[in-house]
Amino acid sequence: MTELLLLALGASLVNNFVLTNFLGLCPFVGVSRRFEAAAGMALATLFVLTIASGLSYTLWHWVLQPLGLEYLRTIVFILLIAGVVQFTELMVRATSPLLHQVLGIFLPLITTNCAVLGVALLNVDRQHGLLESLVFGASAGAGFGLALLLFAALRERLETADVPAAFRGAPIALVTAGLMALAFMGFAGLGAR
Amino acid sequence: MSIEVVLVACAVAFALALALGLALGWAASRLTPATGRLVEQIDALLPQTQCGQCLYPGCRPYAAAIANGEADINRCPPGGEATVRALAALLDREAQPLDPQYGASKGAVVAWIDEERCIGCARCLPACPVDAIVGAARYTHTVISAQCTGCELCLPPCPVDCIVLRPAPAASWRASLHRAA
Repeated sequence: MTELLLLALGASLVNNFVLTNFLGLCPFVGVSRRFEAAAGMALATLFVLTIASGLSYTLWHWVLQPLGLEYLRTIVFILLIAGVVQFTELMVRATSPLLHQVLGIFLPLITTNCAVLGVALLNVDRQHGLLESLVFGASAGAGFGLALLLFAALRERLETADVPAAFRGAPIALVTAGLMALAFMGFAGLGAR
Repeated sequence: MSIEVVLVACAVAFALALALGLALGWAASRLTPATGRLVEQIDALLPQTQCGQCLYPGCRPYAAAIANGEADINRCPPGGEATVRALAALLDREAQPLDPQYGASKGAVVAWIDEERCIGCARCLPACPVDAIVGAARYTHTVISAQCTGCELCLPPCPVDCIVLRPAPAASWRASLHRAA
């Protein structure tokens, strides 16, 4: 139990996928203009990450390893993630057409969110079990969502702030992201792996 | 590497893709609700003027309201009787006359700006739902007839009433819509 708790803490805060490992920066910058869209994206990514890490573990443990096809893992995981993302898109469109419109192209682009493939590959490399994989995936998704929501809230305030002309738009957003990454380094002392 | 290894790898990738495809196809047929498809079909019959004369913010919200049974099918003046008939056929209902409460059908019209009188105030620009008005502050504006939907939303903001509705030219979007209907 303590192991799982430490794993979750490590994946969500200490080794936050966005702010410490710099994975998944595309949606982090792309969908953080509006808080509602960021919240939807955070939920969708959390869902995809959890399902994809569970399924990729199953595939790795029951198909790829017994058949000696370890070298196929990247292509097979990408295929799997693409399928899960398509499924998520169908779900979002069925449950909330408005959110589907707001997220637009960024919903299918979860496929190319490197955090998702990163979690699947890290699960394999660190030899996580099924439960560990699910916890790792879910807490990586939660960490991604936390960073995205904080960043979106900051950017909404930046819209009305008096920013020097040269820094307006993307530059100040990137500076903000850098400062947030510095702040997240404060979690390094928590000692989780 | 022997040929078997390659075959097994291909078979695994193929089986995975096939399983994912089947699962997604099944999910698509189950997860798209019947009303969602109906909204799409109704929306396709509406004229897409986004004029709001039906008192809904646009054509798609009106289509959703029809599908949910909240609104009747005779609230679309730009579409006219042709749209009411098409909707009645789709929904298997009685065709009925247009409700005059929401305005009368004017046929295919487009907005036209009298450039002698336009003062270049730019107030009609944000009102246009399809961005068919060209102009900037203190320059004369004009309407791109081919893009104009004739929705009349630019008439109220104009302070000098220099915008009038004229019959749509044959090459315009509105005229092609009425030919299709």
